[in-house]
Amino acid sequence: MSILIDKNTRVMTQGITGKTGAFHTRLCREYANGKACYVAGVNPSKAGENFEGIPIFGSVKEAKEQTGATVSVIYVPPPFAAGAIDEAVAAGLDLVICITEGVPVRDMIATRQRMIGKQTLLIGPNCPGVITPDEIKIGIMPGHIHKKGRIGVVSRSGTLTYEAVGQLMELGLGQSTCVGIGGDPVNGMKHIDVMKLFNADPDTDAVIMVGEIGGDDEETCARWIKANMTKPVVGFIAGVTAPAGKRMGHAGAIISGGKGTAQEKLAVMEESGIKVTRNPAEMGRLLQSVL
Amino acid sequence: MNVHEYQGKEILRKYGVATPRGIACFSVADADAAARTLGGKVWVVKAQIHAGGRGKGGGVKVAKSLEEVHQYASAILGMTLVTHQTGPEGRVVKRLLVEEGADIKKELYVGMVVDRGTQRVTLMASSEGGMEIEEVAAHAPEKIHKVAIDPVAGLTDSQADAVASQIGVPPGSLAEARKFMHGLYQAFVDCDASLAEINPLILTGDGRVLALDAKLNFDANALFRHPEIVALRDLDEEDPAEIEASKFDLSYISLNGNIGCLVNGAGLAMATMDTIKLFGAEPANFLDVGGGATTQKVTEAFKLMLKNPAVKGILVNIFGGIMRCDTIAEGVIAAAKEVQLGVPLVVRMKGTNEDLGKQLLRESGLPIIAADNMADAAQKIVAAVASH
Repeated sequence: MSILIDKNTRVMTQGITGKTGAFHTRLCREYANGKACYVAGVNPSKAGENFEGIPIFGSVKEAKEQTGATVSVIYVPPPFAAGAIDEAVAAGLDLVICITEGVPVRDMIATRQRMIGKQTLLIGPNCPGVITPDEIKIGIMPGHIHKKGRIGVVSRSGTLTYEAVGQLMELGLGQSTCVGIGGDPVNGMKHIDVMKLFNADPDTDAVIMVGEIGGDDEETCARWIKANMTKPVVGFIAGVTAPAGKRMGHAGAIISGGKGTAQEKLAVMEESGIKVTRNPAEMGRLLQSVL
Repeated sequence: MNVHEYQGKEILRKYGVATPRGIACFSVADADAAARTLGGKVWVVKAQIHAGGRGKGGGVKVAKSLEEVHQYASAILGMTLVTHQTGPEGRVVKRLLVEEGADIKKELYVGMVVDRGTQRVTLMASSEGGMEIEEVAAHAPEKIHKVAIDPVAGLTDSQADAVASQIGVPPGSLAEARKFMHGLYQAFVDCDASLAEINPLILTGDGRVLALDAKLNFDANALFRHPEIVALRDLDEEDPAEIEASKFDLSYISLNGNIGCLVNGAGLAMATMDTIKLFGAEPANFLDVGGGATTQKVTEAFKLMLKNPAVKGILVNIFGGIMRCDTIAEGVIAAAKEVQLGVPLVVRMKGTNEDLGKQLLRESGLPIIAADNMADAAQKIVAAVASH
């Protein structure tokens, strides 16, 4: 088992004909069970055509009805990304993974409001996506650095997630699922939401939680872990050296009003029984130490 | 993106937010003329820089005659204003706002931010105006009142009135305060603001509600639909290195240390800075070259880092995923040659074609120090800088 996605997941790509969408759909299709998993593309102006054999539909609804796809991945440009999420939610998909970086916050506030009471889960925007190694990859992460195993990874950052995976691999530790939740301030699933799924997943033994400065999602998750988690969790928070008021690349990675510092997050995580490291080169070994 | 106080007030006035009358000035003659145009007996001469704490730094003066306006304008224009937000180097004042004096009866605080927890715009208000809200939050959190605004319903009259009453707006001024807060919220939403701070919001002797100061930040992701706000950008207020970086789609932030770092990905870039600090040195910058680290981008990144005279060594940390390590190695080699690198360079590469990348670096004939992991890389660059 795994969380969110597995080899039986059927995926549609929104924005399949754009440069990024095309490039990554190709790579995802080549990964593990990808040929069976990627069943549809969506582009209203190219309905009826196909992308290298993947049929293109005019709407998410139609793609779902025609192919049975229940998950979508979004690569459409920022001005249209929130609208693409809305469409997928309206069509009643199970999960939407929005890779697009640079979506206006106001658009996401409106979209998240519209999602209240809906069953659809959202990952992102501005995220690398989700991978269940050796089964399916949905997103822009390099597939070959992963292998199947029993460690869960959840992170707000892309390459730092790959770094954590790389360290696990050096120790021979595979992953159940790796989830990049993204670096934006208003987004879908948070650390806590993913952590709940890992806790319930019989095939996940332990979790690496990678956070960064800004907001208090890590603290919220840590408190939940203290009260509920039955599996060991280790953590790292990027941005100990980040000055206040400066946005560190990600829109959400900013210390504002004295809140959201790495020290604060690390302290709450430690109090909650999470083993943390201040040395990002030690994430893998720390995880190994709690198994 | 930030704008000046006077620009923020111009935007807010369009939404019915009351402010004192004022005129932006670029010279002392402008200031003289502005004071005459405004009329009255008291004027405020305010330095316009993108930083708070201007009053304490001597950048805001109350003038009681036209002569004093002239005198203060002469003193403030061109001065290097140092505040707790400018850093010790300060900021040269190139613009002024001359405003009519206001009869301040009470100073309050009203702000709006996007709250990540509720995923809504949140109105924050306090009776403690004129102080930094962080201080109020630390010492008297019960004096900060918050309302999460439903994006569909908007700010309701009853919410606005309740908050206004809580911060001490008297019943006779509630209607004005309501109009003020509605205007502020509408401006926030329409303009894609990420932060709005009115500190202080004042009650005047005759019961009016005015924005005495205005700080607006805008969501960089939404600027594509606001050319009118982009036009307000003042490059004098931005770090030249950061402006240069943005031309090449590099995310760069100047810091105070002496080790330049070049990394792909924001999280990994922060983690690399943290590792440098962990081993006893300080990073000179944050630099994310993004996913597509081409030779040209890497070269520009090197040039950018080396423009900073404080840089005594460079650490490159790349996780090659989709981007292969050999491609990155070629970029690093080309860049190091082009800029005739004179400081130690440590490169740590991990991921696809890692061995090939390392081999290219070794065979380049350049004095590149290879590292196996982030900690090793940080230790090596710290040691190299210490002995260089």
